[in-house]
Amino acid sequence: MSGDWTERLTTGLWKDNPGLVQLLGLCPLLAVTSTFVNGVGLGIATLLVLTFSNALVSATRRWIRQEIRIPIYVLIIASLVTCVELIFKAWFPTLDRSLGIFIPLIVTNCAIVARAEIFASRNPVGASIADGLGMGAGFAALLMALGAFRELIGHASIAGFSFADSGFLLVILPPGAFLALALAVALKNRIDGRPGR
Amino acid sequence: MSGQGIVRTGLTLAAIAAICTSLVAATYQATHERIAANEKALLEQSLEPALSGLFYDSGVSESRLVLRPPHALPGNDPALIYRVFAGSEPVAALFAVTARDGFSGPIRVLVGVEFDGSVTGIRILQHRETPGLGDRIESTRTDWVFQFEGRSIGDPALTGWAIRGDGGEFDQLTGASVTPRAVIKAIRDTLLYFDANRDAIFAAPATVEDD
Ligand SMILES: Cc1cc2nc3c(=O)[nH]c(=O)nc-3n(C[C@H](O)[C@H](O)[C@H](O)COP(=O)(O)O)c2cc1C
Repeated sequence: MSGDWTERLTTGLWKDNPGLVQLLGLCPLLAVTSTFVNGVGLGIATLLVLTFSNALVSATRRWIRQEIRIPIYVLIIASLVTCVELIFKAWFPTLDRSLGIFIPLIVTNCAIVARAEIFASRNPVGASIADGLGMGAGFAALLMALGAFRELIGHASIAGFSFADSGFLLVILPPGAFLALALAVALKNRIDGRPGR
Repeated sequence: MSGQGIVRTGLTLAAIAAICTSLVAATYQATHERIAANEKALLEQSLEPALSGLFYDSGVSESRLVLRPPHALPGNDPALIYRVFAGSEPVAALFAVTARDGFSGPIRVLVGVEFDGSVTGIRILQHRETPGLGDRIESTRTDWVFQFEGRSIGDPALTGWAIRGDGGEFDQLTGASVTPRAVIKAIRDTLLYFDANRDAIFAAPATVEDD
């Protein structure tokens, strides 16, 4: 059981990282990673939604007929995102304002539906939670890394503490997000020793 | 799908919808008071810079006027005016107006005007200008917005309400003059509006929101 958990977590965090390998959920990934704190905020929100949606989808999988599974995923995910949004608004208002529309937009993050369909609808609750945590953590880690990188180079600051007057502007602008993601993907492939396709 | 199958499927959907809705309802119950308090605090905090140094006693957020477009203030979305009183004496008016000719999209500007027509403070409430260029209008990045404090129509004269590059009296931002031009124009037009409508602004009853 514990070996299983470790495997689920490392799959999400590294081997099948939703952002780096599956390239899912790129819209928020590219849009909010201009600072480290934004990366952390959206990362945690996505992690929460993914874990709970996996748990709920898995817990109800016996009663859900094939034909209505997609509307049910949408219902579950949309409700969870609304709850997370309310919680952020109540307890982390500053973060909520800087993430803006991207919290409600977690609904459209295909990484979440993908895990519901591919994993949670066919596996027991425990394993589905582990999968949600792993995939969520993988996505969050990538958001944080990109956020930290772009803030460091672009704003010359880290977590809001600036150490130089100005940075390399391109990195904060939208093209910088693509470049930073490309670097991260390349780095991962390099470490894994996979030859370029 | 057989008739019975449809009924069963429908019931499953309804049950899950009911569960999800209760989840959201419960979260709403648990959070809505905090959210309302946060929004009020945010509003008061964002008005604060335009209030500093004033003596006043009224609840500023309760004195709000909402002007629906078309109105004579800058921008074509609703303009907000918060009136500030000490007793029944008008002290100042805070305007939230929109400059529409920024580099990328509308710029929401808070303009505080003292009763005598001079600026108490300017803050940028919202914008989408380019990081590193236009965003230097933010008070947390440079002190560009502070140059307006105490100025009014007449100080400088109307033609002086422009960036130096255009023959005016105010600093521009190097490499980004579109943004300052838009903001200065919004401030100037707000001051002109205040001078022309001062008594009406303070006499109008607060707008009752029905949303
Ligand atoms: C990608 C890009 C973004 C820009 N963003 C802004 C901006 O946010 N605000 C601004 O005033 N000018 C911006 N500019 C520059 C304007 O096009 C214009 O060149 C500048 O405002 C002229 O300023 P100057 O008269 O001081 O040279 C941007 C230019 C580019 C190429």
